[in-house]
Amino acid sequence: MLELRKDIFADERDDNLKEIGKPTQRQDMLGHVTATSVYFNDHKLQGMLHLKVLRSAQSHARIRRIDLSEAERSPGVRRIIRGADVPRNLNTLLSLINFGKDDEPALAVDKVRYKGEPIVAVVADSEREAFEAVAKIRVDYEPLPTVFDVEEALKPGAPVINETYPKNTFTYHDIYDHQKIRFGDVERGFAAADHILEQRYQMSPIEHAPTETNGSIAAPDTNGRYVVYTSTQALFFSLDTCAKILDVPSNKLHFIGGTVGGGFGGKVDTVTEPLSILGAMLTGRPVRYMIGREEEMLYCAPRGAERIFIKDGVSRDGRILARQFRCLFDSGAYTRLSSYAAVKCAAHLPGPYTIPNVYAEVYCVFTNRVPATAMRGFGVTAVDFAIECQMDKLAHLVGMDPMEFRLINAYRDGDMKAHRREAKNTALIECVQVAAEKAKWPMRDEFKRMSSLKDVGAPRAATPAPQPARESILVNRPAGQQRTVYDRPAPPPPEPIRPTPQPPLSSPPAAAPSHGAIRFSSVFGGRRR
Amino acid sequence: MARLRGRGMSSMNYPIGMNLGGDPSQALVHSNPSGKFTVSLSSIDLGQGMKSVTRQICAETLGVPVEDVYVDTADSDTGPHCMGSFASRGTHRVGNAVMAAAREARGVMMEAAAEELEVNVADLETDGRGNIHVKGAPHRSISTKDVAIAAQFRQGRTISGRGIFLVPLSDVDPETGEMSPATCYAHACLVAEVEVDDETGEVAMVRMDSAYELGRALNPRLVEQQLVGGAWMGISHALYETPEPYYPDPSHGPRDFVEYLMPGPGDICPHDITVLERPAPDGPFGAKGPGEMCANPVMPAIANAIFNAVGVRMDELPITPEKVLRAIKAQGGARPQARR
Repeated sequence: MLELRKDIFADERDDNLKEIGKPTQRQDMLGHVTATSVYFNDHKLQGMLHLKVLRSAQSHARIRRIDLSEAERSPGVRRIIRGADVPRNLNTLLSLINFGKDDEPALAVDKVRYKGEPIVAVVADSEREAFEAVAKIRVDYEPLPTVFDVEEALKPGAPVINETYPKNTFTYHDIYDHQKIRFGDVERGFAAADHILEQRYQMSPIEHAPTETNGSIAAPDTNGRYVVYTSTQALFFSLDTCAKILDVPSNKLHFIGGTVGGGFGGKVDTVTEPLSILGAMLTGRPVRYMIGREEEMLYCAPRGAERIFIKDGVSRDGRILARQFRCLFDSGAYTRLSSYAAVKCAAHLPGPYTIPNVYAEVYCVFTNRVPATAMRGFGVTAVDFAIECQMDKLAHLVGMDPMEFRLINAYRDGDMKAHRREAKNTALIECVQVAAEKAKWPMRDEFKRMSSLKDVGAPRAATPAPQPARESILVNRPAGQQRTVYDRPAPPPPEPIRPTPQPPLSSPPAAAPSHGAIRFSSVFGGRRR
Repeated sequence: MARLRGRGMSSMNYPIGMNLGGDPSQALVHSNPSGKFTVSLSSIDLGQGMKSVTRQICAETLGVPVEDVYVDTADSDTGPHCMGSFASRGTHRVGNAVMAAAREARGVMMEAAAEELEVNVADLETDGRGNIHVKGAPHRSISTKDVAIAAQFRQGRTISGRGIFLVPLSDVDPETGEMSPATCYAHACLVAEVEVDDETGEVAMVRMDSAYELGRALNPRLVEQQLVGGAWMGISHALYETPEPYYPDPSHGPRDFVEYLMPGPGDICPHDITVLERPAPDGPFGAKGPGEMCANPVMPAIANAIFNAVGVRMDELPITPEKVLRAIKAQGGARPQARR
């Protein structure tokens, strides 16, 4: 059920509109519900051939030899395509916006870097014949050491996965192996904090699972052009990528799409179009390359995994004084779009909260897995999971209601963000208030009266004087020790942890440094000094 | 052994459009001789409603009924450049381009109408039902159809317009990360209630309440479809999905929807949604974009609700029954927190 709250921010809107705001039926509704909408795969062209690829059986290996002799004699085979047949067999998607170095072949040549990497393409009369020929290709591999864990990949002496990036990290600004955020002074913030909470979060890869899998059909057109029916999420992005890989002027390619059976980020990578067009160029026939469900689940780019470390310093009146953040994006064997997500992640920090001291390092790390790509919430989804779990723990730590804790720290119009731009047009506070009301979550009046438009700017975000007599915080501890207090095998006393009563907002808590700070860390657990 | 209930929440914002900008989209709008308009794009409709939302934006800007507008996309020979359908950019970027193109086309249409009615163009307004009339004098009126005929066959004008929208690309400071990532942000807060079985570790969804601030809900039904579908994806990400169940060990990958788990109709729950509208100064009619952010608040809200129910912190996604059960056992049993 959806309700519109027109009373909130009413003075910022003109609601006197005729078509905007109306629940008009979709233009394509009738086609969709009567199964007459035309998707790329509905184009059954005369003489159409089918393309399938041989995928690497190894996660990391040198290719010693490829034996095509039996496959070439297989019934129905029209053409076998190898890496050498691809005009420019090295590309990186974001080269179109001049970001990153070419690092990925359309068909692997001397080495494979993930299990499932395409090595050879077969074009045949039918899908079945293409599959049968693929099964007859023999590849002689020389296995190489593999790395699947992002922290292992960063260690000195780790196997080099992608020779374009020999340190197994994407290069930022030509000099750094990560993207930085530096705002305020986190050490000063930690020193002034009453509690420190240091935690580790992990998000696994996710499959996009659209109704329609990736695919394209390319056909020779008149005047040396090629028409391409495609499921791409980005028509010109795919067209320009193909023009580069195939080394043809972009106006030789005529892309048609626009009606797509779900994407969620999984249809930007342009993995089928270069090969189907090349197949059409080499055979003079229409060529269809449709990726099957099993292939798409196992060997096509998922949402990448992210490992996130957050260390926060919070005052006992519930203000977050410092947030230190380290994120390792698992890009898989190639860059695709993960390099972009890491910068978007950095820009998103420290979440929609006003924190005076922020320090972040965001890495795009290469491993021997299927390359990751964009997915709904790219660069933000896992970060928000980590930050919001952390916020809940911080609220618990200082004995506050999680809604009220967020309202204390929520950013408002005029606040300075960690990327050094003023916040404007904010509405976090109002969302929290409305959700609380909706869920009948108790909230005290002073919190109900807060507003994104009131009490803005610097005073709220000031860093108090440091707390005396606190040991310095351990940073850069080995990964194996980054365990949270919550998953320690030996449980603390069994009685339920009750939130302690909190002081009213109006009277700031007395400075009471005598009993020191509570530290939560993986090494020491929670303790009072 | 018991089934224990808990509530958790999360709040967040989400940037609209590609990070740092530099992601243009273009649109062309033209009228045929009977006053029916075509919007030419190369943007992709993934099912999210790209065609429908740009159609409404075009109709509103032109001042004609939505039935008089048809959106044609995506053919690279006829549709001008668009960066693509991702990064919650469709409504904001493409919508702005369509608005600019429609504004230009409207200008020509109003001039043609002024010539036909022999009045000053500044005195004319559209009624949104296919007519243009003199302000305060509805009887001095001409239909958009007659204007289009006159423009094409008598006046020799093209009722058409071009539009582009570009947020200029921002630099990123290598040392501090200073940058302009986005021009506007959507906001959300979500409360999830779950029931955790401390014998099996299974987490069942009970209900969700949420508030989303989206600038402007250009079409509330399309917004609802995104928010409902996105929340489903959030549940799925939180509790079910991954092609690498033993990450970073890549083995045991799924091959089909029997092996790749997602919630079915019995695994979802009632979801009460409220939409707030604080218009973005640079959004088309203030609109931001609900596309991506709607899945995000669900995951941490569920994790926090599980803590509230049984006292274990689930810091790794997906939160499978195995992980929940191991955590409960490691803690020596469920430890329910204060009810909310």
